[in-house]
Amino acid sequence: MEKLPTWADVVLVPLISLLLAAIISAIVILAIGNDPIEAVTVMVDGAFGSASGIAYTLFYTTSFIFTGLAVTVAYHAGQFNIGGEGQAQIGGLGVALVCLALPWPHWTLALAAATVGAAAFGAAWAAIPAYLAAKRGSHIVITTIMFNYIAAALIVYLLVEVLRPAGQMDPATARFPTGAELPNFGEIPGLSLIFSKRVPANVSFFVALAACWGVWLLLWRTRLGYEIRAFGKSESAAVYAGISPFKVVMVSMLISGGLAGMMAINNVMGEAHRLVQNSAEGAGFIGIAVALMGRNHPIGVFLAALLFGFLYQGGAEMGLMTSIPIELRLLLQGLVILFTGALDTMVRMMLGVFFRPRTKEAL
Amino acid sequence: MDYATLLQILDTTVRFATPLLLACLAGLFSERSGIFDIGLEGKMLMAGMASGAVAALSGSVWIGLLAGIGGSVLFSIVHGLASITFRGNQLISGVALNFVASGATVLVAQSLFHQGGRTPPLTGDARFNPVTLPFVDTLREVPLIGPFYAEVISGHSFLVYAAFVAVPLTWWALYRTRFGLRLRAVGENPESVDTAGVSVIRLRYTAVMITGILCGMAGAYMATGLQAGFGKEMTAGRGYIALAALIFAKWRPWYALMATLLFGFFQALALRPDVIEGTFGMAIPVPALDALPYILTVIVLAGFVGRAIPPRAGGQPYVKER
Repeated sequence: MEKLPTWADVVLVPLISLLLAAIISAIVILAIGNDPIEAVTVMVDGAFGSASGIAYTLFYTTSFIFTGLAVTVAYHAGQFNIGGEGQAQIGGLGVALVCLALPWPHWTLALAAATVGAAAFGAAWAAIPAYLAAKRGSHIVITTIMFNYIAAALIVYLLVEVLRPAGQMDPATARFPTGAELPNFGEIPGLSLIFSKRVPANVSFFVALAACWGVWLLLWRTRLGYEIRAFGKSESAAVYAGISPFKVVMVSMLISGGLAGMMAINNVMGEAHRLVQNSAEGAGFIGIAVALMGRNHPIGVFLAALLFGFLYQGGAEMGLMTSIPIELRLLLQGLVILFTGALDTMVRMMLGVFFRPRTKEAL
Repeated sequence: MDYATLLQILDTTVRFATPLLLACLAGLFSERSGIFDIGLEGKMLMAGMASGAVAALSGSVWIGLLAGIGGSVLFSIVHGLASITFRGNQLISGVALNFVASGATVLVAQSLFHQGGRTPPLTGDARFNPVTLPFVDTLREVPLIGPFYAEVISGHSFLVYAAFVAVPLTWWALYRTRFGLRLRAVGENPESVDTAGVSVIRLRYTAVMITGILCGMAGAYMATGLQAGFGKEMTAGRGYIALAALIFAKWRPWYALMATLLFGFFQALALRPDVIEGTFGMAIPVPALDALPYILTVIVLAGFVGRAIPPRAGGQPYVKER
């Protein structure tokens, strides 16, 4: 198999994968007796057709950027962090504890403190699997899956038995004080001209953008980032060069868990204003698709997160407006992960046909 | 806790352990051949939907079971293509197929029955009904053993007994047949198997197909035995508990039986908080019981209580040339 040119590998492989996933989904929609064209129209209209649709799309995008970056950082160290879901939920716990601790005077202070809380809790939840992987050789994928379930059980217990205010029926924390409410796009000067007051997209979108830049800086402009990437490319070469495997695995997983946890400032602090069960709603897993689709680069992650934001908001609208169930989103998500992450060799082989060297007769 | 309550809980344990056991043995075949499979959950879900839907449409649970196995095997083929033929990442393939299953099952069930992604309730021959074993009435009068035989051992559906018979069969196939020897070898050192002139690809595909069949039975039991019909996300993480049990059992069949019975017992206990409080004198929160299988697995993975070492070639695609 010939090696593809870099641009084809970076641009064409994800696009062809997406196309394949879309074609299969279209066939499924046809098979269940619906019109794929209508589905796409409703999705695009729902996601980009109105200011509130765009706000929802960007709200989902924000969450997916965080979880996508989380998978990316771990990936560069050769670790597959599948525990973003649990880390995001525990990050939500951190946000809730910070927000409920003080009557916050201003949202800027609350945001700074909650970001630290979210990142610390998310990182702490990734710390045990990371330690076990680095010191005892436990498989990180299995341990992080187990920690997703342990996190879900822990949150259920805490919400039902500990954090639920007296007299409240549903298992959730109390509402956060108004000083801990983040301004949404309808309350930010300039953006308020486009968006109405009650939209979910909020300032944490800009935190997510900053995180993209931060991750790029970390991975490609710092010594630590170099160590992470070198270790991920070749463990033995990195060890020979004096890089500590324990340090790289620990640090990369802590950063990864922290990023996944930071997702909570968007959904818990920015939108729900309280911690509920299953707060991450699968965004941790979408991070896997986002990172694979975005070729583990912050710019790619941003674009892929936008794509999945569109799929999520558009898919929700499709579930409301057409008879196609909302679960089509899961199918698409699974197919994208399958083609970009597991069948990428197949996609490359298909593309390889077009990139054969022309001088073959001469050989 | 009196004897009758204990028997009740043990009876539930057997019911809950069955899908875990089938899925755990399914994973055992795949992982022993060197193919990681975290898509057990998706295969079970797919099989549950296919068997529930076909049993409802045909009125026969046996045709439903076949359909369930078919649906699960279909996923196995895709997993095999991705991880054996195209040498892709086996873990990612498993994750992806779980999502595909979550989406596809609801889409198909909804378009067939329009009941919010459920299949219609199954009755009569469209379900696996309890089998009464011989001598139940004769033995019932025997103290201790009689009620145990009648309540816990007898009165389950066909697939429960199939699952328990599958344990010695798996052990025999794995340790007493030529196929089993090769299967274990291909998971540890595929080069040696290849050198001996045995096809690595064929062995691994065979293992993955067996995984599909067993997962199909597990899913079919969920929808036609344990419950009467398929419901959205009805496997509820059982595929991952089975995976945990597989690690807990260190990839060995008899230990898989013990591990799944233990995890099934936790699930059965979680349904009876009153019994826990009565027996232990304090309330154990239900979430703690839910999390227990995962916590135990992490402890085993960490190597604090006997190290769990996976098959050596697990997760690595086999490249013949070079």
